[in-house]
Amino acid sequence: MTKGSVRFEAVTKRFGDVVALKPLTLDIAPGTLVTLLGPSGCGKTTTLRLIAGLESATEGKILIGGEDVTALSATYRRVSMVFQSYALFPHMTVLENVAYGLTVKRIPKEQAHAKAEEGLELVGLKGFGGRLPSELSGGQQQRVAVARAIVLEPEVLLLDEPLSNLDAKLRRHVREEIRQIQQRLGLTAVYVTHDQEEAMAVSDRIIVMKNAEIAQEGSPADLYDRPASAFIADFIGDANLIDVEITKAGAQTEIALLDRRMTLPVASAVTGPAKMVLRPHQVRLSRDAAPDTLPVEVGYAAYLGNSVQYTLVTPVGSIFAITPPQPQPFRMGDTLHLGFALEDIRLVPAA
Amino acid sequence: MRRTAGLWLLIGLAGYTLLPWYMISGGFWSFHWLGTVFAEDASGLIFALSGRGWLFGPLVGFAVAGGVLMRRGGQLETAQGLVAAGALGLALMAGQGLVILGNGTRFGLFEGATQPGMGAGAMATAAALLFLLTTGVSGLGRGRGDAFITGLIGAVIALVATFVFYPMLFILVSAFELKGGAGFGLSEFLPRFFAPEIWSLACLTGRGLCGAASNSLMLGLATATGTTFLGLAFALIFTRTNFGAKRLLRVLTILPIITPPFVIGLVLILLFGRSGTVTEFFADAFGWEKTRWLYGFWGVWLAQMLSFTPIAFLVLIGVVEGVSPSMEEASQTLDADRWQTFRFISLPLMRPGLANAFLLGFIESLADFGNPLVLGGNFNVLSTEIYFAIVGTVADPAKAAILSITLLSMTLSVFIAQRKWMGRKNYATVTGKADSGRHAALNDGLRWTCYLVALPWAAFTLVLYVLIVFGSFVKLWGYDHTFTLEHYRRAFSIVFRNGIHFTGAAWDSYFTTLTIAAIAAPLTAAVGLATAYLLVRQKFAGKDAFEFSTMLSFAIPGTVIGVAYVMAFNFPPIELTGTGLILIVVFIFRNMPVGVRGGIAAMSQLDKSLDEASITLGANSATTLRRVILPLMGPAILAALTYSFVRSITSVSAVIFLVSARYNMATSFIVGRVENGEFGIAIAYAAVLIVTMLLAILALQLLIGRRKLRRADRIETP
Ligand SMILES: Nc1ncnc2c1ncn2[C@@H]1O[C@H](COP(=O)(O)OP(=O)(O)O)[C@@H](O)[C@H]1O
Ligand SMILES: [Mg+2]
Repeated sequence: MTKGSVRFEAVTKRFGDVVALKPLTLDIAPGTLVTLLGPSGCGKTTTLRLIAGLESATEGKILIGGEDVTALSATYRRVSMVFQSYALFPHMTVLENVAYGLTVKRIPKEQAHAKAEEGLELVGLKGFGGRLPSELSGGQQQRVAVARAIVLEPEVLLLDEPLSNLDAKLRRHVREEIRQIQQRLGLTAVYVTHDQEEAMAVSDRIIVMKNAEIAQEGSPADLYDRPASAFIADFIGDANLIDVEITKAGAQTEIALLDRRMTLPVASAVTGPAKMVLRPHQVRLSRDAAPDTLPVEVGYAAYLGNSVQYTLVTPVGSIFAITPPQPQPFRMGDTLHLGFALEDIRLVPAA
Repeated sequence: MRRTAGLWLLIGLAGYTLLPWYMISGGFWSFHWLGTVFAEDASGLIFALSGRGWLFGPLVGFAVAGGVLMRRGGQLETAQGLVAAGALGLALMAGQGLVILGNGTRFGLFEGATQPGMGAGAMATAAALLFLLTTGVSGLGRGRGDAFITGLIGAVIALVATFVFYPMLFILVSAFELKGGAGFGLSEFLPRFFAPEIWSLACLTGRGLCGAASNSLMLGLATATGTTFLGLAFALIFTRTNFGAKRLLRVLTILPIITPPFVIGLVLILLFGRSGTVTEFFADAFGWEKTRWLYGFWGVWLAQMLSFTPIAFLVLIGVVEGVSPSMEEASQTLDADRWQTFRFISLPLMRPGLANAFLLGFIESLADFGNPLVLGGNFNVLSTEIYFAIVGTVADPAKAAILSITLLSMTLSVFIAQRKWMGRKNYATVTGKADSGRHAALNDGLRWTCYLVALPWAAFTLVLYVLIVFGSFVKLWGYDHTFTLEHYRRAFSIVFRNGIHFTGAAWDSYFTTLTIAAIAAPLTAAVGLATAYLLVRQKFAGKDAFEFSTMLSFAIPGTVIGVAYVMAFNFPPIELTGTGLILIVVFIFRNMPVGVRGGIAAMSQLDKSLDEASITLGANSATTLRRVILPLMGPAILAALTYSFVRSITSVSAVIFLVSARYNMATSFIVGRVENGEFGIAIAYAAVLIVTMLLAILALQLLIGRRKLRRADRIETP
C-alpha cells in the first residue's frame, strides 16, 4: 500500500539565483514520522513546502501516495500543515478554525463541528471551542493548529518547527503528544526541526540536511552509531573529533593516535588521515596511568547533579567528557589519564 | 482545467449566437431584442452570416477551443491549444473592432464597411475568449496551476488595457501629432514641454508668476506634508488616547470627504473673500485692509487641507491600529518610556503607512480640480490649465496632452521614489500567532501636541459646516439673512397628486448620482482588492509591470481621463458616451488605485501563512479569499467602498465631460448653479448630498464593522 508515501525524484528548487534545494531524492514510507533536521537555511522548510504544494518544483517529480502531484495545486493535495507561526485564523473561534478544512469541503456544519470537537478532544482542548485564538496560551494555540491539521485525516501531516515557540518543559510534553497522535492515527508525518534532541525523540527516521542537500539519513540509532561524516557525528549527539591516521584498512582497522597504535573492530576502506569519533560519555577518566591512555589536564569542571562535565586539555586538542558523579570529583588543574573502549570508537573521513 | 474551459466555451457560444452583438438603441435591459432575430439587435452569428463576414473571427477561436477539448489530449497539449484558441479569437475580434468603425474603416481595409459599437453579445464573447486563454495558461502550470488566479490576472489586465491604456493612447497621439497631419515627432512637443509657462520659478524671486508645474509641485508638497501630519494627529488621538468626543471627531474628519467640490471653496470665499464675513468683521473692527490673499496659493492650500486631511486620516487609522501591541509592550519592558516607544518602535512601523498617506495627499493635490478652479486666481496649476486648454476659447488638445504628460511624470516619480524608499521591508504585524496586548498610550507631550494641532482644526471644520447649513437656509448669505426654505423647495419639492411626483429641479441628477455611485462602489472595491490580492499574494511573471499599469490611473488627473474618454469612447468599437455606463466605468478606474493601495497595505499586514494554512486545508484560492482574507480586511473593504462611493458622488473633474442630458450628475448640476450665481440652491443641494452620504457611510460601517481579532481593543490607561 502506498497511501501516505512521499517520494521526491531529483527535485530541485531555485529562487532566482538562490539554490534552495539541490537535486533531492527521498522516500518516506507510509505511517512513519520522518524528521528533516539541519541547521537554519539548509532547505528544510523549502522541502516541506514542496510537499505541501506551496512552492512548485523547479525540476523533478513529486509523488504522494504513489501519484504524481508535481503540477497539482496545494488545495487538492491530501496534505495538511502545522505552521511555525500556527497561522490560526484570528477572526474565527477555535472550533471554527478546526472545522475550517471540513467546511470548505462542504461537509454539513453540524457534522464538521462534531468532528472538530473530536479533534479538540484528541489534543486535550475539549471545551475551548468557543474561544478566540488570542484567548489561548502559546501551547494551546499550537495544539489547535495540530487539531486543525489532523481532523482532515490527511495522507501526510507536515510540521514546520512546531515547537519553536514553546518553552522547554512544554516542548517535551507536546512533542510526545504529537508523536502519540501520529502513531495512534497511523499518519505519515514530516517534521522539520533544527533541534537534534527533538529529532531523536520523535522520529522513526531522520534526514539530516546540509547546504541544500541530504547529508545522511537513517534511524536515530543509525545516525548516532554510524555517522558518515564529521558533520553528522557532531550534529547528532555531541562528539569529540580527534585526528588520527588509518595505517591499515580492512575488516579491522589499525590507527595511529599520536604515537599509539590501536586496532579497532570496525571496517574501513582507505588508509590515510581520518577523524575518530569519541562521544563525551564514552570518555573514561582515571588518576592512574594505563596502556593506550592519553595524559590530560582538567581545564573546566561543572557539577550538574546527575553528571559531571569536564573540558579536558589534551595533546590532541580540547576534549569534552561527561561522567557519572563520583565520590571524589576531579578538579580543575588535576592531571588525569583518558581512556576509551575500542569498540565504542567510530571513524569518519577527515574532510 | 477541462471543465472550466468547457464552461467558458458554452458561455461564449451562447453570447455569440443568442445575445445582440451590437449596442442597441433600447438598451440591453429592455429585453426588446428577445422577440426579434433579424434586426439591429441580432446576434453575432446572424450578422456574420448576413454580410459582416469579419464577425466569424470569434467563432474561429471557439472552434479551435472546441476541437482541443474534444481531442482529449494530454494536459500540456490541451493547455497550449486553449491558449492558442483564446489568443486567436481575441486578436481577430480586436482587429475587426479597431479597423471597422461607425463611419468607415482604418488602414484601407474592408473599404466601405461600417458597424456600430459592441454590445452584450460581443462582451460575453470577448470574456469567454479571454477566460479560455487564462484557463489554458493555468494548465501550463502558471499561477500554481490555479485557473482562478490566472483568470483574475487576465481580467484585470484586460480591463485596465481597455479603460486606461486605450483612452490614454488618444491623449498621447495628440501630444506628438505634428500640425497638418504630418505624422508624429518631437519637434513640436519639446519646446512646448519646456515652456516657461509650465516650469517658470519667477514667483519665488518676486518677478512674475510661476509656471503651472512649479505651482502644482509646491502645492502638492505642502498639502501632502500638512495632511499627513494632521491625519496622524487625528489617528493618534483616535487610537491612543482616551479622548472623550471621538465620535464627533470621526464625523468631523469624514465630513470634508463627503463634501462636493466647490462647496468648501465657496464657503471659504463667503468667509474670507474680499467681502467675506470674517474679512468684513476685521476690516470694521480693526481697520484691516481687505486683501485677496485667499485667491492664490494659500487659499487653495487651505481648501485642500480641509478636503484631503480626512483621506490621510482614513489611511493612517488603519496603520496605527495595525502596529502590533506586543511590539510596543516589548519596547516598554525594555525600559523605553512612552515617547521612546513611539519614536523608535511605533513610528518606524508606521512608516509605510505614512508614506502611503503622503503619496495620496500629493497626488490628490496635483489632480485636484475644484479647489484651484474656485480659489486659484492667478495661481495656475496643471489640472486647471488642462481643463482650460480644452474648454477654453481656443481648444488645444495638444497642449492639454503635454500638460498631462508633465503631471503624469511628476506623480509617477513620487510613486517610484516612495517605493524605493520603503524598500522591501516586511511589516507583517497581524500574524497567525494571536496577539493579545494593549496599545501603548502617548506620552503627555505628544498627546498635547496632537490635541493642540487637531482640535482647533476640528473646530474650524465644524464652523464651516455649520455655516453651510446656515447658508442653505438664508435668502442670500452676506446680504439677506432671513430664514427661508426656498432653496430646498426648488431643488427637492415633491408633489403628491395621483401618486408621488418628484418635481424638484435636483431630483433627476440626485437619483442618477446615487444609482451610479451605488453600482460603481462595490465594483471598484472588488477590482481594487482583487488587484491588491494578486500583487501581494501571488507570484507571476511581469508582476512589476502589472502593478505599474494598475496604479497608472491613479496618476492621471480627472480632467485628462475625462477628455481621453470622450475621445476614445465616442465611436465604435466601444461607444459609451451619453450612457450611464461610461460614468460607472470612469469611476471604477479613477478610484480603483486607492482600493489597490489600501488593499496592499492591509494585506501585507496579514501573515502569508494564514492563506497558506487555508490552502493546505483544502480551500481553493477563491474560498481562501472569501473566508480568510476578506474578513480580516474589513477596514480596508470599508475604506474602499466608502471612498469610491463618496468619490463617485463628489467627483467633478472627469464627470464634467461625460455627463449627458439623460445622465446628469449632482456635481455638474451644482457647478451649473454656481456659474449662475445661485449659491443658495447649490449649498442646499450640497447639504442634502452630505447628509445622504453620511447616512450611507454609517450604514456601511454597521454592515461591515470592525475586524475582531482581540476581544476588545484596549488602550493602556495613562
Ligand atoms: N521565497 C524565497 N525567496 C528566496 N529565497 C528563499 C525563499 N525561501 C527560502 N529561500 C532561501 O532558500 C534557502 C533555504 O531556506 P529554508 O528552506 O527556509 O531553510 P530552513 O527551513 O532549513 O531554515 C535559504 O537560503 C533561504 O534564504
Ligand atoms: Mg525553516
